[in-house]
Amino acid sequence: MSQLIYNTFDYEVQPPRLAPDYKSTVLRAPSKPLVVVKQSLSELTGPVFGDFNLGEFDHDLTKNSIKNGEPMGERIVVHGKVMNENGRPIPNTLIEIWQANAAGRYVHKVDQHDAPLDPNFLGAGRCMTDSEGNYRFYTIKPGAYPWGNHPNAWRPNHIHFSLFGANITNRLVTQMYFPGDPLLQYDPIFLGVPPKGRELLISTFDLSITEPNFALGYRFDFVLRGHQATPFENV
Amino acid sequence: MLQTPSQTVGPYFAYGLTPEQYLYDFKSLSNNELAKPLDEANVVMVVGKVFDGNGDVIPDAMIEIWDTQHQRFGRFGTGTDPQNRFIFHTFKPTSVDGQAPHLSVIVFMRGQLIHSYTRIYFEDEAELNAQDEILNAVPTDRRNTLIASKNAAGYEFNIYMQGENETVFFEI
Repeated sequence: MSQLIYNTFDYEVQPPRLAPDYKSTVLRAPSKPLVVVKQSLSELTGPVFGDFNLGEFDHDLTKNSIKNGEPMGERIVVHGKVMNENGRPIPNTLIEIWQANAAGRYVHKVDQHDAPLDPNFLGAGRCMTDSEGNYRFYTIKPGAYPWGNHPNAWRPNHIHFSLFGANITNRLVTQMYFPGDPLLQYDPIFLGVPPKGRELLISTFDLSITEPNFALGYRFDFVLRGHQATPFENV
Repeated sequence: MLQTPSQTVGPYFAYGLTPEQYLYDFKSLSNNELAKPLDEANVVMVVGKVFDGNGDVIPDAMIEIWDTQHQRFGRFGTGTDPQNRFIFHTFKPTSVDGQAPHLSVIVFMRGQLIHSYTRIYFEDEAELNAQDEILNAVPTDRRNTLIASKNAAGYEFNIYMQGENETVFFEI
């Protein structure tokens, strides 16, 4: 590990700091050039949660906060693989998940959208990739919700993810969208990503993992920053 | 393969990423104690605020700290402290990898489509700071933005997203 040099962000697909159509970037994006530094031990290490004690239903958002019944909405199962740019699967890595409920309401106390909370749905979960980098979790398809960025602004349906990967250069917080969502073309957060990267954020409907009489399946793969090949390994 | 693009953590991360801190009924992955404040020697408190380009304190940022020397990680949102500070209890690191003592910092917030990396160095390590290759890669007049000041309670480290004192952020 110590000899690997990890790739930096690929700005052909990564969003810029400042994206004025997404208004809150204007006062929050760093304005001075980033200082490029050589990677050292601090950058080439990071937290490992391979032994984090996941709760029994952490990977099932339809079950992990039931109070008096089933959560409302369309049950879905989401799966995929976590890899790096070299195409190597990343096993035993933690994925954190959070989202709105089917009505487009977040449990977060600041969210004042006039849509119902669901007493049986928190909207938070976690899962771990297996030895081949695969993950899977169950949830309710999140609803769209309005926000104040511009007149009649609505966020497309999306699920938030947080991943750690091999070290802190791999850190990724992102959002997964759904195929065919008409709101994508108006969303400055999605459109903040350069055109080449946008389709990477849209999941695909997957009949092969759709569970009969139970849940629609979607596939979404994560690709974390990779590293330059060294003479000592076959990548 | 192409990297998955980053998207903002948004305003509503608390129940997913820092649930216990914000009193949601879900177990937290991590909190602001990289080390136990009372049980262990050499534990210091690092406290600060995050400011936007207007000089206003940002109440919905999430700060992560990585201490490679002790392999400790912490995470804290700025939405629960009455002054919207972040507060970490951490070992004060010593020199690692030939560099001055430091902590790695990752900054997330609504209004950032992609997270920002910085570092916390310590005011009372002037000699090691002067020789640090990363600090020396930073323009002289901006180095102080990376150095936490010492006070009776521990260290203060404020993060300025923009402005005259804009914190140095790294491309790592």
